[in-house]
Amino acid sequence: MLTSRCLKGVVTGYPLGIVAKEIKIQESEFNKDFITRLIPKLDWNVFWSTAKQIGYEGSLTQQIIADYENNENFLKDVHHALVEVDIFEGELICPETNRKFPITDGIPNMLIKDNEL
Amino acid sequence: MKNFKKYLFWFANDHVDFRLSEIESIVSLLKTTIKWKEKPTIKPYWIAELPSEDVVKEIARRSVSLKHITELWAWSSTIENLHEQVRKFSDDHLIQCPDLHQISFKFNVEVYCNTQKYSEKVSKIETFNYLPFKGRVNLNNPDITLTYIEYFGNDPNKVPEKPYHLFFGKMIAKSQRKSISDLSLKNRIFIGNTSMDAELSLIMANCAKVTDGDLVYDPFVGSGSLLVAAAYFGGYVFGVDIDYLMIHGRTKPTRKQARDKPRKNESVLANMKQYGLESHYLDVLVGDSSLPIWRPELRLDAIITDPPYGIREATEKIGTSKERQNSSSICNSETKFPSKVIYSFHQILFDLFYFSAAHLKLNGRLVTWIPVYRDDYDEDHYIPQHPCFTLISNCEQIISRVLSRRLLTFEKTKEPTAEELENFEISDSGFREKYFSYKHGRDLVSN
Repeated sequence: MLTSRCLKGVVTGYPLGIVAKEIKIQESEFNKDFITRLIPKLDWNVFWSTAKQIGYEGSLTQQIIADYENNENFLKDVHHALVEVDIFEGELICPETNRKFPITDGIPNMLIKDNEL
Repeated sequence: MKNFKKYLFWFANDHVDFRLSEIESIVSLLKTTIKWKEKPTIKPYWIAELPSEDVVKEIARRSVSLKHITELWAWSSTIENLHEQVRKFSDDHLIQCPDLHQISFKFNVEVYCNTQKYSEKVSKIETFNYLPFKGRVNLNNPDITLTYIEYFGNDPNKVPEKPYHLFFGKMIAKSQRKSISDLSLKNRIFIGNTSMDAELSLIMANCAKVTDGDLVYDPFVGSGSLLVAAAYFGGYVFGVDIDYLMIHGRTKPTRKQARDKPRKNESVLANMKQYGLESHYLDVLVGDSSLPIWRPELRLDAIITDPPYGIREATEKIGTSKERQNSSSICNSETKFPSKVIYSFHQILFDLFYFSAAHLKLNGRLVTWIPVYRDDYDEDHYIPQHPCFTLISNCEQIISRVLSRRLLTFEKTKEPTAEELENFEISDSGFREKYFSYKHGRDLVSN
């Protein structure tokens, strides 16, 4: 969902690359309704390739399955990759400028310097 | 037409100006209708007709400005008439109940704007001994709670001899007020200087109509107090703040007794875990809300925020007042904190509306605060206007003789055209300048 459009001269700045140095799993209650409502808001391709890159794609496939509303296992895998996997230390990388945004204590730092504005 | 029952809404005696906004938002969230018997006033009680008892329970389950809701059996200005009505109600509705022997009950006697001794309370209960309840008294978990309330007006300096109004009925539900102490800032792990107290945060989540599974965002998240309330009502929450130290819990501690100890494990996530709401925590991140950091497709169900007013916390965004230096060596320097410039409250509101117009779903709500000078407050001047937003409510919290802040609830009633997205005007109230010129003036006088 994040972009680096804030950087000067960056047009789309999406999707951001991701480097995970430390991953924590935060167990979290599965809410079918929420995940079902969230999926149409996702860019599925980007979500899937990001999950695959850090190794948490589970049974998810590159193509979104048709009747995901009724497929509980599928929704649970989305839930796991989307909500429970927390990149504790790592980096987000702008696809156009390679500018790195550090993630510390699970909190990404999207601040830029004033000369990048 | 179906004959709706009448219900007595009894309110707690604080944040009076917020009651109607909260109740109307909850009613709208429940997609039901409410019919007031008289126009809601500053009195602690309102009487309304509602379609079903389930709706009443749902309203009570969400509201924090309410104390409880009672099904009205009788109300009057004299005690004799009240008893007459209760007797009639008893004869018409209660006598034929088959299991009167098994129903346990208790009495709840309240006086408003007066006091009562325990003995007086008991003797008041005794006057209702004609009611046909024959079951056991159960103070902890009764089948039915009977409520008797005497209302002595709103002015504690002019308490009349006899109450203005008396009410009797069956309590249907207690409100959500208990969550105010459950979520109290006093016991919260991570707070900041300007954390919003639990009650106002919950009221804001109600005004924003946050419900189970909603995506809720705060662009000025700070210690995340608004997100706690939103998550409490089922929202999935995330937020942004420009203050790296604040978000990582490394600023000077707010609590007095803790100032000599180093802070650790303080974060918005720690707060969520404290209340068992970590499933509803998505993320917080460090960023500048004046810049576009989200992809344009992001759609939010609600935005709740308390932007910095520039008085107790700085209003900043990234930038520099110096001439831009065109050297590449600076670009590679590893300074952690970018230089910041003043970000006026007027500009904050503009950016907030710009962001909300773009990212809020249709009919989603934006709930935010604005600081105002009470002397020169007028709606045209202070309240932002935007072609895609409709003002739903405007509630005042008085801070001092001259200052107050107002909670504004907007609903996005239209998707913006490309033109409307870029071109709209937010009037500048000049609050901060007035605040400091006033303070300066006062200091001059006192010197």
